Amino acid sequence: MAISVILPQALTPYARGTGTLVVEPSCATVAEALASIAARWPAVTDRVLTEQGELRRHVNVFVGDESIRFLDGLATPVADGTTITIVPAVSGG
Amino acid sequence: MSLPPLTPHELQRYARHLILPNVELAGQRRLKAARILVVGAGGLGSPVALYLAAAGVGTLGLVDFDVVDVTNLQRQLLHGSSDVGRTKLDSARDRIREVNPHVDVVTHDTRLTSANALEILQDYDIIVDGTDNFATRYLTNDACVLLGKPNVYGSVFRFEGQASVFSTTDGPCYRCLFPEPPPPGLVPSCAEGGVLGVLPGMIGTIQATEAIKLALGVGSSLAGRLLLVDALTMEFRTVTLRRDPACPACGTRTITDLIDYEEFCGVRGEESGYDADEVAEITPRELAARLIEGADFDLVDVREPREWDIAHLDGARLIPLATLPASLEALDQNRELVVMCRSGQRSAAAVQQLQAAGFRKVKNLAGGLLRWSDDVDPRVPKY
Repeated sequence: MAISVILPQALTPYARGTGTLVVEPSCATVAEALASIAARWPAVTDRVLTEQGELRRHVNVFVGDESIRFLDGLATPVADGTTITIVPAVSGG
Repeated sequence: MSLPPLTPHELQRYARHLILPNVELAGQRRLKAARILVVGAGGLGSPVALYLAAAGVGTLGLVDFDVVDVTNLQRQLLHGSSDVGRTKLDSARDRIREVNPHVDVVTHDTRLTSANALEILQDYDIIVDGTDNFATRYLTNDACVLLGKPNVYGSVFRFEGQASVFSTTDGPCYRCLFPEPPPPGLVPSCAEGGVLGVLPGMIGTIQATEAIKLALGVGSSLAGRLLLVDALTMEFRTVTLRRDPACPACGTRTITDLIDYEEFCGVRGEESGYDADEVAEITPRELAARLIEGADFDLVDVREPREWDIAHLDGARLIPLATLPASLEALDQNRELVVMCRSGQRSAAAVQQLQAAGFRKVKNLAGGLLRWSDDVDPRVPKY
């Protein structure tokens, strides 16, 4: 078990093509999980968080099936076994 | 509402629906009574229009202003090789008539704008978002919310797709999910990022399914859910969407009129994703002259390797945009630098990055390789 962070294909180029990142189970919140990713793949989190550390308004983060916008935002707790999914807006058609 | 009758020909055509529980004769008559508008006759619009026509939707509206290009044929199944150069509406209308002559095809030969959206959408029951840019998606969403019409949403990027149904009576709208668009240039279009041809086929077919379910009044729609499709792993999952009470469109209802969506999305003009006043430019003709005279400068191409393989300029150096930050040290800040890409958008973003990093003699190739092909060397393929 671990905490998985599923990247959208818009962001996988910034993590050398990796689709799912695994962060330490010691991360207690979404913010900590993203900080853990930022240490290795800053170009990923640059596109998820603003310079002020807030969630970009065109990006959604889901813990399980729920958007953190309706939970506790970046302070939403995560635990071993949690799946975090990052879903940015895409417009292709 | 009294539902239209079906002719003997129609009864035969829709035989497989008539014996299907949840459809049957009453359902087929509902489909015939349905008025569905498809915004965009491209990658998503193609499967949507084809399947709605086949299903017997009585009135099918299409909005598009574009002309069929050969690069469309990899995925836009409404159009064929002999349609290149025709308007997408003409091509679509002919194809739909061939699929099902009983469908009344209403063509709206225009760009959907704040000036015409409410008038166009108001005549339809269900709207399907088959657009390819953020500005029109927000426009379609807001118009649907203002008019109280469901918005069947789909979008694609490379190998991934999203689908949902917005703007139902109790459900969320597009702005509940994405309160703001990404900064211009951050998310590549299909022209810049590429797309697996069959992917809009998958998502558009899902949109057609949702539109038909809404018209029939059966099943559970995707309202309140976002379907995420990863074609590489062939994983389908749904996440929960909720109406945001603070949403200016469907929550607080502070949006009472359509706005300037190009401005909202930070885009001005047809394709520009940057403020041209802030980014110094050089035209392809000027660049060609400087190359011929042997001027001393660096030419950097920020496209992807697969684009470079299609065509590139002699003397250019490939530094894909995503790798630019890591390559800054290898570039000489004191040398003049021209940056190029396919259309001038990504290179403009690169110029801004370089300027922010202290490069003072950097210019963007206006119009990119496309304009080079038009103005300097037509042998360079446009893609």
